[in-house]
Amino acid sequence: MALETQDIKARSATTTSVPPNARSHQPEVAKLIDLSRCIGCKACQSACMEWNNLREAVGTFDGTYANPLDLTDQSWTVMKFNETEIDGQFAWLIFKDGCLHCTDPGCLKACPAPGAIVQYQNGIVDFQQDLCIGCGYCISGCPFNIPRLRKEDSRVYKCTLCSDRVSVGLEPACIKSCPTQALAFGAKQEMLVQAEHRLEDLHERGLARASIYDPPGVRGTHVFFVLPHGDQPEAYGLPKDPSVGPLLTLWRSGLARTLGVATMFGVLVAGVLHYMRHGPLEVPGESGAGETDQGKEGHP
Amino acid sequence: MSRRDEDVLLPDGKILRHDNGERVVHWIIAIVFIFLFLSGLAMFSPFFFWLSALFGGGQSMRLLHPFAGVVLAVLFYPYAWGLRRDNHWTPADSNWVEHMFAYMRKAMHFPDTGKYNAGQKLMYWSMIPIIAVLTVTGVVLWQPWFAPSFSAGTRRAAGLVHAASAFVMFVGIGVHWYAAYWTRGSIRAMVRGTVTRAWARYHHPAWFRHITGKDS
Repeated sequence: MALETQDIKARSATTTSVPPNARSHQPEVAKLIDLSRCIGCKACQSACMEWNNLREAVGTFDGTYANPLDLTDQSWTVMKFNETEIDGQFAWLIFKDGCLHCTDPGCLKACPAPGAIVQYQNGIVDFQQDLCIGCGYCISGCPFNIPRLRKEDSRVYKCTLCSDRVSVGLEPACIKSCPTQALAFGAKQEMLVQAEHRLEDLHERGLARASIYDPPGVRGTHVFFVLPHGDQPEAYGLPKDPSVGPLLTLWRSGLARTLGVATMFGVLVAGVLHYMRHGPLEVPGESGAGETDQGKEGHP
Repeated sequence: MSRRDEDVLLPDGKILRHDNGERVVHWIIAIVFIFLFLSGLAMFSPFFFWLSALFGGGQSMRLLHPFAGVVLAVLFYPYAWGLRRDNHWTPADSNWVEHMFAYMRKAMHFPDTGKYNAGQKLMYWSMIPIIAVLTVTGVVLWQPWFAPSFSAGTRRAAGLVHAASAFVMFVGIGVHWYAAYWTRGSIRAMVRGTVTRAWARYHHPAWFRHITGKDS
């Protein structure tokens, strides 16, 4: 089900070169989320559900405006409202949770099903549910805790960055709905320039520690933030220095796979060679299959 | 429940090495192991993902693999408990290990080998922790029921340990298969249950002396 209008840059559990690759000139796209402008209206959350035809169950209330409380297989973006203290002062931090579309995606690296996760040339990381086997490795591979396993069909879902819309030149649904221009979408380079302008603005307004969250540990993301309190991403619920990590890298590495499989064949080859050199271990005189009379095997 | 040693001397002159229950359980474990190995290999290496077709596709393979794992563990531990008396480690076993390569070249013979030689005992004692580790890490990875209770970091570690232990288990079972094929009469012993007196006297002399009460 991968989109035919998009080139694929990386494909899960695929060792050969990745087709198709004829449109490799496509620029990387990005969604910029400027949290200093976000008013937590949840228009983006509604637009996401409307475009993707999702229906969230009636949930519970935890004293914040968050509804549902966390991402689910039916809510691919969720507004969160964190109440915390920053520099001894109360802070109400509004945060839009959802997939960041990493350049080095842990989900794709962890996935054992060929093609169940693809990364398009434009940077969007997309799940192909028809190929998903439901193992949940992408969930443990994700540094941001984004993918959600749907119990009803044992397949994993998350934000697609509206890859279907983007592939025909439209903006993601969330972008269309934002009333304060907290969300912007375009080429990643242009979005970074725009984010720099926003930062200058914030710095002038006294938010000296405002910064861009585009974590280098995953080689940047295609959804990135302007954080008013950029020195404390944890306060928003973002990891300080996310990366795929050494355990996952080792586990799913070509080296481990090759070593494992090669050693298994090594055991087979060793057995054949040993047998060719030494022959079977028999009770002396029981089979009579000695060096000189090969023909009389088996019957004492 | 334990069989008296004299009972293994059968009227037709053969010796009973593995009784009916033991053989049935052994072969069920063997079949379940092959199932687990092939499905595990498909999930470990993309090169072997095509093996998922043997299990009705990726989804059903992922669904069945952990249940097969539970079957293996549930059968293996009572089976291993039944074999414990014959797998005590002795000084003769340490001697066997020291001269293992000479044994493999058929340059050495050990008169003190009991019902199981040291190679078989190493197999026995390595499978006990390996299967435990595979079972525990397998539960940690088991979607959708158990995995959500563990942190992403724990599951990443479990994935790595599960793959590494499965690899050790495969190499161990590979050696086990070859040793059974190499030692003529072993596969018959595990299929039909019986061995000849000469076989028992040659390969497991101390066991032979024990069950017959004879020195040779």
